[in-house]
Amino acid sequence: MIDFTFTEEQELFRKAAREFSENCIAPHVPAMEETGRNWEPVIKAACEAEMMAITIPEEYGGLGLGYVERLIALEEIARVSVATAMMMQVGGLGIEPFIKFGTKEQKQKYLPGLATGERFATVAVTEPSGGSDPKSCHTSYTKRNGSYILNGRKCFITNSHIADTQVVMAVDNDNCDAFSVFILEKGMEGFKAAHEEHKVGMRGCNTGEIELKNCEVPAENLIGVEGKGMRVAMAVISDVGRGGMVGCALGLQQACLEASVKFANERILYGKPISELEAIQFKLADMKIDIEAGRLLGYRAAALQDAGGRAGNEFAVAKYYTTEAAQRAAKMAVDIHGGYGCMEEFAVSRYLRDAYVLGPSAGTSDIMKVIISRWVLS
Amino acid sequence: MLNIVVCVKAVPKPSLADKLKIDPVTKSLPRLDIPLVINPIDSHALEAALQLKKKYGAHVTVLSMGPPPAGNILRECLALGADKGILLTDRAFSGADAFATAFTLAKAIEKNGPADVIFCGMASSDGATEWVGPEIAVLLNMPVVSMVREILEDHGDEWIVKADVEHGYRIVKLKLPAVITVTRNLNKPRPLSFSGILKARNKEITVWDRQAMGLPPEGVGLKGSPTYVAAMYPLESHRQVEILEGSLQEKVDRFVQILSDAGVI
Repeated sequence: MIDFTFTEEQELFRKAAREFSENCIAPHVPAMEETGRNWEPVIKAACEAEMMAITIPEEYGGLGLGYVERLIALEEIARVSVATAMMMQVGGLGIEPFIKFGTKEQKQKYLPGLATGERFATVAVTEPSGGSDPKSCHTSYTKRNGSYILNGRKCFITNSHIADTQVVMAVDNDNCDAFSVFILEKGMEGFKAAHEEHKVGMRGCNTGEIELKNCEVPAENLIGVEGKGMRVAMAVISDVGRGGMVGCALGLQQACLEASVKFANERILYGKPISELEAIQFKLADMKIDIEAGRLLGYRAAALQDAGGRAGNEFAVAKYYTTEAAQRAAKMAVDIHGGYGCMEEFAVSRYLRDAYVLGPSAGTSDIMKVIISRWVLS
Repeated sequence: MLNIVVCVKAVPKPSLADKLKIDPVTKSLPRLDIPLVINPIDSHALEAALQLKKKYGAHVTVLSMGPPPAGNILRECLALGADKGILLTDRAFSGADAFATAFTLAKAIEKNGPADVIFCGMASSDGATEWVGPEIAVLLNMPVVSMVREILEDHGDEWIVKADVEHGYRIVKLKLPAVITVTRNLNKPRPLSFSGILKARNKEITVWDRQAMGLPPEGVGLKGSPTYVAAMYPLESHRQVEILEGSLQEKVDRFVQILSDAGVI
């Protein structure tokens, strides 16, 4: 038989993550929404609560936990603030190349700081030409005197302006089939965060461009094998990036359901709460079905990953299902709220905006179908 | 090093209180239908112990009587920083009133070894008798101070505490070993941390049943309870809307009268 239950310890992790989110993140959400910024307090709080240390091995100052625990934490944070969960998830994405592909020296240098929050990370792959076709990457590198010179521009990068450590993919100027991945650090000459985006949803989550102009990167900042960087980028995006998006989507779905149940029990129509109307009940049931199905997909993929396997395909399925479901849930939540759902005082209007940012992040639903169909046909 | 025992109770999650159903036969609250959590005021008792542990070094034992799922709250206490958990669980313990509960807890404290301080929350969110802490003190022949809101002096074996009384407070000097029941004003309980949860992996939870404690069946649970619940019923609350008419002054007068009648002012 298959055991679908969380361990007692995982339930405690969920409790800890929920309490943290409600006490330390929720108070900052209004200002994040209002300004589109105000990310500093939530990042600081999350790092202090060891949220970035989850998957980092204990020998490098982390907690040495798995991807199920990471998913639990992200789900609980996203239930309160998808914007914060997104920054956390991409921060984790920026940590993963060090764990999976870093040298011992790179791990020793970067991971302890990333675990405590002294450093914050991101991964920069997407360019104005697109993110789903990484081979069209224009950001290039040239080897010179034992270093690498990088030039180019990355866009839609979560944590672009706040990450101290950025893992950036570039193509060899002399070989368009050779991609490499480099560690860039804030303050390097020729490397800077440029335009800051103002998104329709996930407000308060930092997203922007980074610019590389003759940026000299020392050879020891190469992650993995030179020319084999696509493997690094794809491995972390498919296994960790999409897994993180599943956490964001599940948390948002749960928030939609909770808000809807509360409103439906309080809103009186025809002399009784609207939760007694079948039309409303069916929407709530649909939301619950999606959450249950999404959790099974997501946590199964994470458990596969924890067992030492690759779970990119399984996460593609989970990412497709949960982000689509989050959009459905947000629309239903707004519908249940009627006119109130269009008012910013009610969180469901935020949920709707956030839900539509989940779709393209870490690959659109159509790209997920491309991946899934390749899996099916392979 | 101080030996501290903290008594904690697993209570139905207060936010789900409206889901509680009263058993019409036993007049008790079935505790397995909704999630059990640490009695909120007991978290303050544990925090007091953990602060002393940090300040002077102490061994903190958390003690609870309840059904097996109550073990989860002990694991949580260990994750928060307690050193050892003891769960008293036996069907014979069920139906215990405040005295039988205090008796069983007191016997467990004796069995566990000498304690310098015993912290309890002043009341539970479900029973709310406020008797268990003082009764433990009587049974262990220790002094007790109830409703402590501040510990003013905690060095050595003579402590000074500030405790609530109706419309005021009292300053009390007490000699250890002693029982202290605490209020929410005493401190702010720390949050659970991931690393705390991991540290709890290696901490022990001991489970004792009636036989392990060597207690007679007639001394515990319902049989050992000198009091009984004659009736229990949910408080009914109804919304009532009254539109105030008249001049502004009349409306204000009427509003003040309503608040006064309701005992709010």
